[in-house]
Amino acid sequence: MNSKVQNKIAIGVLYGIAGLVVLILLALVGYILVSGLPKVSWHFLTTPAKAFLKGGGIGIQLFNSFYLLILAMLISFPIALGAAIYLYEYAKDNWVTNLVRTAIEILSSLPSVVVGLFGFLFFVVKLRLGFSILSGAFALTFFNLPLLTRSIEDSLHTIDDKQREGGLALGLSRWETVTRVILPAAVPSILTGVILSAGRVFGEAAALIYTAGQSAPALNFMDWNPFNISSPLNPMRPAETLAVHIWKINSEGIMPDAKAISSGSSAVLVIAILLFNLAARYLGKRLYKRLTSA
Amino acid sequence: MFMSSDIATPGTTPERHIVQPGDAQHPIVLSTEDLHVFYGDKEALSEGDLKFARNQITALIGASGSGKSTFLRSLNRMNDRIATVKGRIMYRGVDINQPDIDVYEMRRRIGMVFQRPNPFAKSIYDNIAFALRLRGITAKNKLDEIVETSLRQAALWDQVKDELDKSALALSGGQAQRLCIARAIAVKPDVLLLDEPASALDPVSTSQLEDTLLKLKQHYTIIIVTHNMQQAARISEYTAFFNQGRVLEYDTTSQIFTNPQVQVTSDYVSGNFG
Amino acid sequence: MTKSPEQLEQELKRRSKAAKLEIWGRVVSFSALILIVAVVVAIIGFVASKGLATFTTNHVNLWDFLSGKNWNPSLTDAHGKPEVGALSMIVGSFLITVLSAIVATPFAIGTAVFMNEISPNRGAKILQPVTELLVGIPSVVYGFIGLSVVVPFTRSVFGGSGFGILSGTCVLFVMILPTVTSMSADALRAVPRYYREASLALGATQWQTIYKVVLRAATPGLMTAVVFGMARAFGEALAVQMVIGNAALMPQSLVDPAATLTSVLTTGIGNTVMGSLQNNALWSLALVLLLMSLVFNLIIRLIGRKGRLQ
Repeated sequence: MNSKVQNKIAIGVLYGIAGLVVLILLALVGYILVSGLPKVSWHFLTTPAKAFLKGGGIGIQLFNSFYLLILAMLISFPIALGAAIYLYEYAKDNWVTNLVRTAIEILSSLPSVVVGLFGFLFFVVKLRLGFSILSGAFALTFFNLPLLTRSIEDSLHTIDDKQREGGLALGLSRWETVTRVILPAAVPSILTGVILSAGRVFGEAAALIYTAGQSAPALNFMDWNPFNISSPLNPMRPAETLAVHIWKINSEGIMPDAKAISSGSSAVLVIAILLFNLAARYLGKRLYKRLTSA
Repeated sequence: MFMSSDIATPGTTPERHIVQPGDAQHPIVLSTEDLHVFYGDKEALSEGDLKFARNQITALIGASGSGKSTFLRSLNRMNDRIATVKGRIMYRGVDINQPDIDVYEMRRRIGMVFQRPNPFAKSIYDNIAFALRLRGITAKNKLDEIVETSLRQAALWDQVKDELDKSALALSGGQAQRLCIARAIAVKPDVLLLDEPASALDPVSTSQLEDTLLKLKQHYTIIIVTHNMQQAARISEYTAFFNQGRVLEYDTTSQIFTNPQVQVTSDYVSGNFG
Repeated sequence: MTKSPEQLEQELKRRSKAAKLEIWGRVVSFSALILIVAVVVAIIGFVASKGLATFTTNHVNLWDFLSGKNWNPSLTDAHGKPEVGALSMIVGSFLITVLSAIVATPFAIGTAVFMNEISPNRGAKILQPVTELLVGIPSVVYGFIGLSVVVPFTRSVFGGSGFGILSGTCVLFVMILPTVTSMSADALRAVPRYYREASLALGATQWQTIYKVVLRAATPGLMTAVVFGMARAFGEALAVQMVIGNAALMPQSLVDPAATLTSVLTTGIGNTVMGSLQNNALWSLALVLLLMSLVFNLIIRLIGRKGRLQ
């Protein structure tokens, strides 16, 4: 067989593989949307779940998912930002820094179920926080920290060192230079990273089943005092999220329309992730444009 | 290899030739004493002691790797993180190379402009005003005034006065570099260090920049690194020639270019170098 | 107007606001970093201490744990020892990881080659954003699709319940495919353009160039991508738990219900009492999981180092 024939066959095979992969991926997304979207309605998105009857919604789970996401982001962003600034702007290239980087890499490669179990052990049991929003938010923070730190560090890397020199030459300290010159310039790319990591956090379930819990007690959406037990803002209440809900009703769901609810929930989850992705791309580009033009 | 001093006989070229600059009207503002700069174990600058006279432009010339930029960046301790700088840097009678000197306060008096224009990702106005705000100048009219004078001194005011809110990243290379000069002089420094400020600019912008520098010298002491010998000849009073980490010749610019004393300087300025 | 050197020296030695801010900034950012390191240390410490309790407090033999085939921590065997043999789950985890990586690798690398070498235009416009989006799809969604599509399909073809290693492999294959593809594409993109140009200029066909030059040069990166995918597959809990059947038995065939470390953990930890042997045994599984993720990490580092040496 001469090399030209071989070349043609090989490229043909590659076309086939790529086509098959596209087909699989499209079928995947297609299935989620086609089977799920018809179930999605305003009613579905806003009513509480029902345990034994059909016709339940995912209102509370959806709220829990967003509430947990926001709390986890509020806790993890400042920590990740600080760590990234130290690593990129201050840390010297020595064995200590290397060790710290290794630790962060280990954290990012830990299975999320292990992170969840640690959260269970430490927050739920040791600190007696119980199955609660707070326990869940801490577990999500641990899960989120390494990736967010890495992504902010990459964002700092995109800003030219000449900008740092410029700040220092004006008599600014390194800290002032980073906070006043580098961070504002890096906002578009930091924001993109934050939104993408938000997507990951939003869909996470394994870290939550033993921290935020698997139940969604009824909430009174008129009561916004975080100290009241039925207030949506109460951080000490157990909170099943949308992703956990999908797992839960498929493992032990007893409502008759479990499958339909799973389909609908999956579609909502995937669309939310899709929106996070699009928002990240769009906002990143737009902010960058605003920064560089008139 | 023979040292040039070994083969020099009286009357022929010396190995080094250093003059003392300055006079009553132009006293010495900045000088280095026994300055040595190391990158790791490697000595990048050994004999680099110079004095700089007030309100004059001093040019530092030499091939790349000759130590001229290293020298310049040591003067306001921009090299602190990457190099070891030994010796004294005397600024108006104070050794600023002591560990307990506050480098941030010092750099406000000894400012620096870099090779590539590096405007911040802010508006033109904020590029100049924000460092002032951090230092406690917050009154709007005061800021407006400083922004205007700085831009005027940098010969940029007329071009940008109507678009001060525009992003500085949209400026052309020459305008951006003049903005960087305006930014540097807005904090009212005493000495201005320029590291090949025109190397990224086209000929027209370069000549505008040179005009600006000539005007600026009535307010500031200027030290400029350049690889462009015509530029050194056009704007500076004094010129120092660096070679392999040493200053070989330091004299008035006209002497350096018309009657160099050291053979290597002569080769370099006449283009027979290398 | 001119100050004396003494006055000037005093001014220059006064601690400026910038210097104070600098110290504050260093302390704050360093604390954040230390916090992350403390979290890592705490996770490893807690899981290790709980996981080792099975061997120290409950005196289970480590070898019995690793090689025993019977998992039933609440019962004791003929010799009066608790049945905590984790081999079936360890085998289940490795089997499912290796199988899904074997299936995913050719697809992922093939697609990466296609989008980078053969049709870069379509690759950049369609394939890359799509794979990047799919990386973000939550694993429960993969599990749900496995449950509603893959399991019934397996059941109709092979009989039985449909739950098992095969279904798990299918789900993990699709789940790690986008990750491995996207990382492989990054590895190929890192191969300098002139490698290809030099090879083509020598008269090599495109396939020869891809096979002999591009893939060779990108090997460390491609290996990292595959190991990364395996680490993800090994640690995935819910998607696997939903389709594997959760029977802690030695897998006899690919279509019988089986279990992995993660699936037993997710189902078991809520049903045991903290501090009991049943509970400690589960933490030992978590420890195995943690150690394996360290091993994957180490492999990725070794590949990276070797890649740099070349």
